[in-house]
Amino acid sequence: MSELQQPESYTEVSQPASPQTPSQIAAALQREHADWVSEITTALGETTIVVPREQIVAACEFLKTTPDYEFNFLADLCGFDRGPEEEPRLEVNYHLFSTTRHHRLRLKVLLNEEDAHVPTVTMIWRTANWHERETFDLFGVIFDGHPDLRRILLPDDWQGHALRKDFPLRGYEPYSLT
Amino acid sequence: MGLENVIAEALPEVLTTRLDSLINWARKSSLWPATFGLACCAIEMMNVTSSRNDLARFGAEVFRASPRQADVMIVSGRVSRKMAPVLRRIYDQMPEPKWVISMGACATSGGVFDNYAIVQGVDKVVPVDVYIPGCPPRPEMLIHAVMMLQEKVMKESVRDRKDAPDAEAREAITPGTLPVTDGSSLREPRKDQPLPYTIASTHEKRRSF
Amino acid sequence: MSTSVANIPPQVEIVDQPLDSQMTISMGPQHPSTHGVLRLELVLDGEMVVKATPDIGYLHTGMEKLFEYRKYQQGIVITDRMDYLNPLGNNLAYVMAVEKLLQIEIPERGQVIRVMMCELQRIASHLVWLGTHALDLGAMTVFFYTFREREKIMNLIEAASGGRLTPSYFRVGGLMMDLPAGFERRVQQFEDDFSKALDEFHKLVTGNRIFQKRTQGIGYVSAEDAIDLGLSGPSLRGSGIALDIRRANPYTGYETYDFDIPVEHDGDVWARYLVRMREMRESHKIVQQAVSRLKPGPVKADAPKVVLPDREAMKTHMDALIHHFLLVAEGVDVPPGEVYHPIEASKGELGVYIKSTGGPKPARVHFRGPSFVNLSALPHMSRGCMVADIVAIIGSLDIVLGEIDR
Repeated sequence: MSELQQPESYTEVSQPASPQTPSQIAAALQREHADWVSEITTALGETTIVVPREQIVAACEFLKTTPDYEFNFLADLCGFDRGPEEEPRLEVNYHLFSTTRHHRLRLKVLLNEEDAHVPTVTMIWRTANWHERETFDLFGVIFDGHPDLRRILLPDDWQGHALRKDFPLRGYEPYSLT
Repeated sequence: MGLENVIAEALPEVLTTRLDSLINWARKSSLWPATFGLACCAIEMMNVTSSRNDLARFGAEVFRASPRQADVMIVSGRVSRKMAPVLRRIYDQMPEPKWVISMGACATSGGVFDNYAIVQGVDKVVPVDVYIPGCPPRPEMLIHAVMMLQEKVMKESVRDRKDAPDAEAREAITPGTLPVTDGSSLREPRKDQPLPYTIASTHEKRRSF
Repeated sequence: MSTSVANIPPQVEIVDQPLDSQMTISMGPQHPSTHGVLRLELVLDGEMVVKATPDIGYLHTGMEKLFEYRKYQQGIVITDRMDYLNPLGNNLAYVMAVEKLLQIEIPERGQVIRVMMCELQRIASHLVWLGTHALDLGAMTVFFYTFREREKIMNLIEAASGGRLTPSYFRVGGLMMDLPAGFERRVQQFEDDFSKALDEFHKLVTGNRIFQKRTQGIGYVSAEDAIDLGLSGPSLRGSGIALDIRRANPYTGYETYDFDIPVEHDGDVWARYLVRMREMRESHKIVQQAVSRLKPGPVKADAPKVVLPDREAMKTHMDALIHHFLLVAEGVDVPPGEVYHPIEASKGELGVYIKSTGGPKPARVHFRGPSFVNLSALPHMSRGCMVADIVAIIGSLDIVLGEIDR
């Protein structure tokens, strides 16, 4: 399946189609800042860059502010648990979008279970606040520097992280007052 | 609970049947629901109140936001574990006589969501009078449920709903100490501790089912 | 405790500053105006809101975990219950994400029907928004008028799919089944009446001075803040950014339809109201174009390993029967990969992230609900306003708790 096409006739809001597609962006990033890029995958019309945990803030800042890229919109920040036997176990995916150039990019950070810490990107996009709280709540990933890291969806006194693969679907005990 | 109880206890059985019919007719013709719309069934509940299926013709004229002024609580939607203590508290705040309609599959039995987050049936939290299946049930089904509830109300007796005796009311556990939600086996089961909510309402202790 | 209140707008004169003048109250979760089980912790100084913090999770259903235990086709039913005012939009996002993973294309008629049903659903969702928003602000009549129009749309959706509120009409590779006979005529009938209905709503609400006073200047968010906070959909377009996923990353053939993107620049509740009213008109235009484009043809893709065969073929042909059995019993075998597919739902950018490690069940499904992100902007929008304005702001954000809490 080809990449999602930019409509040529519609130029109301965006600048003329940028010469750089996401895969070109990823390649350029690897050339300029090789320590930010562990791996690039291009599949199904999307580009995924695996970024080491320490560099994620610098990479996001760069992608947001550089005029050629302008990823000023954080569409989504979600986690994924590969399973208790996998190493690294947890992933955090950042889905970036540019409101001016309309291209998308995915950044991925891989984490081990014992050391599930990632620096927060709340100072780059304020919308990351609630997304990071949700990822912490459901996966147990701790975002260092987050202004208010507490549970958001599950009750405050919940034990465990619900979306991990070793948390049973039905939970541990049913809720009943009778 | 008021004048009708005092009169009922003073009168012999044969005369209370007339009093029963009068009071039950009054109650069933003006069942005011409390707004407890939680999820998708709440939208169907809103459709019931709108002009095509008009619930107001059955007496459910106003949906009171405050439970203190409501008669029936239509639990429409899935009840999550975080919401269950709130549900119980709103139920406790409703004055007698009160009834509960559990609308939809999720309120009746957990519905599609057999998992850690949803209470598998709202009758684990409050006593239910009428259950409505469906996901979501059609508005006509909710109207039918209200009509069934009205038939049930007509069969009640005033003697069923006595006030709690003073001694029991004085020893009631402090309200506000509802059980918190829990999700794991790290805590010991609460089998020997009493459930910390207020004295059971007469609705809960009712004879007729 | 601090005695100075930081967010009082300049025209309000602070006469005295008694100690402990602030009160923290909880608005919700059972509240007629919070559009569901939302709890707001309001720190109030009299009637003025110093800080409003949403507390969500009262409808958390664990849907994302449930997806991992269900086959891909079974997940479609769960998506209906997320944003329950726009179930066809949720269905579409999920189904298109799976189709992207499988790399299959939908035939022309299937795409046109998808667009038509999604736009009808968008109109229905905005009608609920209008009815409940006006109801919260005191205009009760509008509620009944909008729900009357919405009943007509729900009749159409029920005729096509069997469900009024939870249709599950789309399938991976096409639709559940083709439209019933006479459907185009019924849609045309609805469309003929809808313009007059929209004018009626304008007459009821737009010129009303009380409504204008309660919505103009309330809940302001600037364009840069809106992007930074992740707002999308009508909330973003009310602040001057002309971003619509149907134009930016088109899908299902939206690039071939002729419609405008309504944008307002004031950034307040009034601007968002105007954007949604104009959007209803644009959706109306798209439905008319879609109806005129309907040509006979297949509605399901030609992929026997993914799409259920027709019932008649299943009863007469052996290979169709075997495919039917395998698809229902074992499911679709999706190759490993991950995909993020955004669509323009009625509330904003609805993104579905599906990660597959092979097999009939997904490894992770995440829905980026627009209401989740829009609600996170509430503390920013509600600085310095009064409690009654909070109600107006929540209405203008058009939140659905099923999507927020999933």
